[in-house]
Amino acid sequence: MCLGIPGKVIETFERDAMPMAKVEFGGIVKETCLAYTPEVQVGDYVIVHVGFAISRIDEAEAQEIFSCLREIEAAVEGPE
Amino acid sequence: MKYLDEYRDAEACKRWIEAIRRRITRPWTMMEVCGGQTHSIVRFGLDELLPPELTLIHGPGCPVCVTPVEILDVAMAIAAMPGVTFCSFGDMLRVPGSRQDLLRVKSAGGDVRIVYSPIDAVAIAQKHPERQVVFFAVGFETTAPANAMAVLQAARLGLENFSMLVSHVLVPPAIRGVLESPNCRVQGFLAPGHVCAVMGTEEYRPIAAEYRVPIVVTGFEPLDILQGVWQCLNQLEEGRAEVEIQYSRAVRPEGNPRAMDAIREVFEPVARKWRGIGEIPASGLGLRPAYARFDAQNRFPIPPIAAEEPAECMAGEILQGHRCPRECPAFAVRCTPERPLGAPMVSAEGACAAYYRYRR
Repeated sequence: MCLGIPGKVIETFERDAMPMAKVEFGGIVKETCLAYTPEVQVGDYVIVHVGFAISRIDEAEAQEIFSCLREIEAAVEGPE
Repeated sequence: MKYLDEYRDAEACKRWIEAIRRRITRPWTMMEVCGGQTHSIVRFGLDELLPPELTLIHGPGCPVCVTPVEILDVAMAIAAMPGVTFCSFGDMLRVPGSRQDLLRVKSAGGDVRIVYSPIDAVAIAQKHPERQVVFFAVGFETTAPANAMAVLQAARLGLENFSMLVSHVLVPPAIRGVLESPNCRVQGFLAPGHVCAVMGTEEYRPIAAEYRVPIVVTGFEPLDILQGVWQCLNQLEEGRAEVEIQYSRAVRPEGNPRAMDAIREVFEPVARKWRGIGEIPASGLGLRPAYARFDAQNRFPIPPIAAEEPAECMAGEILQGHRCPRECPAFAVRCTPERPLGAPMVSAEGACAAYYRYRR
């Protein structure tokens, strides 16, 4: 139920005064409501849940998991 | 797909597991709250790869599973009425009520439709003014903004043929419920990432402080879960009990304020009965009086139905993490996704469905 899929915003538009977007998920394009993330722009990635973008993906934070792992491993191995 | 594939990288998973193995000094038990996380753990076998000192138990985070049988019976009674178009997320159709499920109502001629978004149900109401369109609004905080927007839109369009059968539930009261249970074994939580993308982390701080449990807001891919476990483990080993965000690419501490405003505009906290668990005060959302005209339970008064639970189903024990699906004598014998005794065998987030699919 809480499934959220990351997708890329490829077009933004308005319908009945509602901010909308076309969002691509690995080749499939779906219309998505941007009422809760009106700041997103074409090229941004968003998490989409039941037709609504609930969050914009932060690219810098997305990389943190990989640098964090390297830091942990470096700390275990200690200085050379 | 970007933001999915890289978080499923097997090599990086092994390195996280090795880091966890080196760090752990004694047995710990954590609960992943969300059924989406449970499916990821069982599907990728993370629980079997983690060191034996670490136990992951599966939480109540499956809205389909906890929807009370009384509401399901009401849903089926409304869906069977002539002139009604009953819209639902696909997950709900096979969930057993006292006597049948929505799929059987449909095959008997009821107009039951699966929709992708609550907005689709509003569009159906707009297009068919001669039908009474009812949307089955279930879900946690993640789904509440979408359902709130459907009500706001129906109000703006002046739709008199749209209503909602609301059975929304909230995560923080469920976590408190787990911690209050006398059999509680949970020492730390992986909290649900998408729920917190909407609501933020503020409500979790008093829980971490009061019960002295670490709470790590975690994503859904294997690397997310392993990093969530790592952060939770570090807190346990260091004797800390704080709220941390692992899933920081999608979750900000303040959540999504616009989405929260819409929820507060349309809904208010209400007591809610959880299937298999019982009533928890202020654990759900109901429509505010200003939007009561969209409440399907007001529009279609249904006489009380004596709800019956199958005696053999131990869904309540499973939803609270006291038992594992494989301990159930009916599992994969008298209870299968095609002929389920209880909701956890049906839902895409149900623990029993995960074990049936990946561990048989």
